[in-house]
Amino acid sequence: MKISPQEVEYVAHLARLELAEEEKGKLTAQLNNILIYIDKLNELDTGSVTPLSHAIAVTNAFREDTVEDSIGTESSLANAPDIRGDFFRVPKVID
Amino acid sequence: MHFNQLTIHELQKKIKEGSATATQITESVFSRIDAVEERVHSYIRLMKEGALADAAKADEDIQKGDIKPLTGIPVALKDILCTKGTLTTCGSRILHNFIPPYNATVVEKLKAAGAIFVGKANMDEFAMGSSTETSCFGPTRNPWDLERIPGGSSGGSAAAVAADECIASLGSDTGGSIRQPAALCGVIGMKPTYGRVSRFGLIAFASSLDQIGPFTKDVEDCAIMMNVLAGYDPKESTSVDMAVPDYREFVGRDIKGWKIGIPKEYFIEGIDPEVTAAIKKAISVIEQSGGQCVDISLPHTQYCVAVYYIIAPAEASSNLARYDGVRYGFRATDVRELLEMYKKSRGQGFGAEVKRRVMIGTYALSAGYYDAYYKKGSQVRALIKKDFEEAFKQCDVILTPTTPTPAFKIGEKTDDPLQMYLSDVFTISANLAGIPGVSVPCGYSSGGLPIGLQFLAGHFEEGKLIQVSSAYETNAKIEKRRPAL
Repeated sequence: MKISPQEVEYVAHLARLELAEEEKGKLTAQLNNILIYIDKLNELDTGSVTPLSHAIAVTNAFREDTVEDSIGTESSLANAPDIRGDFFRVPKVID
Repeated sequence: MHFNQLTIHELQKKIKEGSATATQITESVFSRIDAVEERVHSYIRLMKEGALADAAKADEDIQKGDIKPLTGIPVALKDILCTKGTLTTCGSRILHNFIPPYNATVVEKLKAAGAIFVGKANMDEFAMGSSTETSCFGPTRNPWDLERIPGGSSGGSAAAVAADECIASLGSDTGGSIRQPAALCGVIGMKPTYGRVSRFGLIAFASSLDQIGPFTKDVEDCAIMMNVLAGYDPKESTSVDMAVPDYREFVGRDIKGWKIGIPKEYFIEGIDPEVTAAIKKAISVIEQSGGQCVDISLPHTQYCVAVYYIIAPAEASSNLARYDGVRYGFRATDVRELLEMYKKSRGQGFGAEVKRRVMIGTYALSAGYYDAYYKKGSQVRALIKKDFEEAFKQCDVILTPTTPTPAFKIGEKTDDPLQMYLSDVFTISANLAGIPGVSVPCGYSSGGLPIGLQFLAGHFEEGKLIQVSSAYETNAKIEKRRPAL
């Protein structure tokens, strides 16, 4: 068993995903299969290999610090599920 | 005249001669859509009104002699590309009502080149899938056999071109999502080099792998589209500031003296014998065209899928953290506090495959597992890239099958994620190494399903891919069939 049902619950919490009981069971089995498959990477000795995170060598891309047009408050808020005035409205964070 | 069946270059010729108008071409595309879309379901949303208005404007330009590379050409856009003022859902419930405030750079570029937008093409949810079955709007069907999948994740874009519901389209490719559906639908699909085409306005899946590219009906059209799409974008810091050649100049050139690498690791057990036979035939066409086939080895090929299923979900779990029900998209109702709102909105807004990948990615990046998964995967990724660097010392381009089998049946692999992932076994390596690849039709199975051939080249060598594909297309003389819809 690579990942237990309890770990699945913990990871779901980290990912901010509410899962139904049925989903949890199915995911535990599927994640186990996938993680077992991924284990084949341990056949390779990679001790001295530098990890590659980007296939094309890029360095920081800078531009001149000039002010340009942005999309503005109205269109920034246009897709929001709930707004009040110029703000995004969310359920209460603290009691 | 069925204008919708023609290529970009054929239509441009007709427009210049005055034997076709943008309005006629656009109307022919929409009448085809009226006839077949109910069965194929290539689109999530049609943009008919805007398309006809743009076609009328294009006709005015044509009258004035102002004809740009895509003037009057109806093009479909994968619904992962932001279109200002037009719903962009990424095939997901969580973005079911999202109207972008800006256009993706590629959308701006197509517009500036005169293209007419037909609609937003169906796709796997957040581009996670190989069959277009994970779309929350229901699956797209393969125009060649409606019981089968069109491939994915850009299945709608591929099916729309194959069914003549547009002239060309755009897709995105993170592990094969352009090349695999192109192969299964019998059209051309190119994934450019990472950094060749701006990703600005492409809804992010795995940012170190994602790349936008075209679907077309022939190789010359692919070159025409690449001329429009390629180039540096100051809005996208991973796009590469490097001169773009005229890709059309590579069309029709021969490949005499070229070395074509045949990697032994891509001819494994489990490949459909009809695919093997079609590829063997393609190899002989390449040799008759003056290319010399050489055996090469890409020794880490068998690890590509495992590496991909660490790196892509890890990046996805980070990219998809933005869907929190606060600023846009779906928000669960009847929640009392913030954490509950996040969890319910994401739990109800994402489909099963997206949740699976977010879970894998979050797990792989979580404390205690990072070294074993993400770091290990990134190290093996370095080895895979090195395999290609060594291989391209011995050959100009590499030839492989695009997929191990022709299109499979709808529902066949939905219960077994790992089997679904393995259908991308030949395409994932190009994304991990950042190199360009193209799928070109190379025949049909005995059941009449298209089979695809993949060419891979070194970084920024799209010109070579156009050249070898063009030579192959000319000399293979693959019988031109149309799906019987």
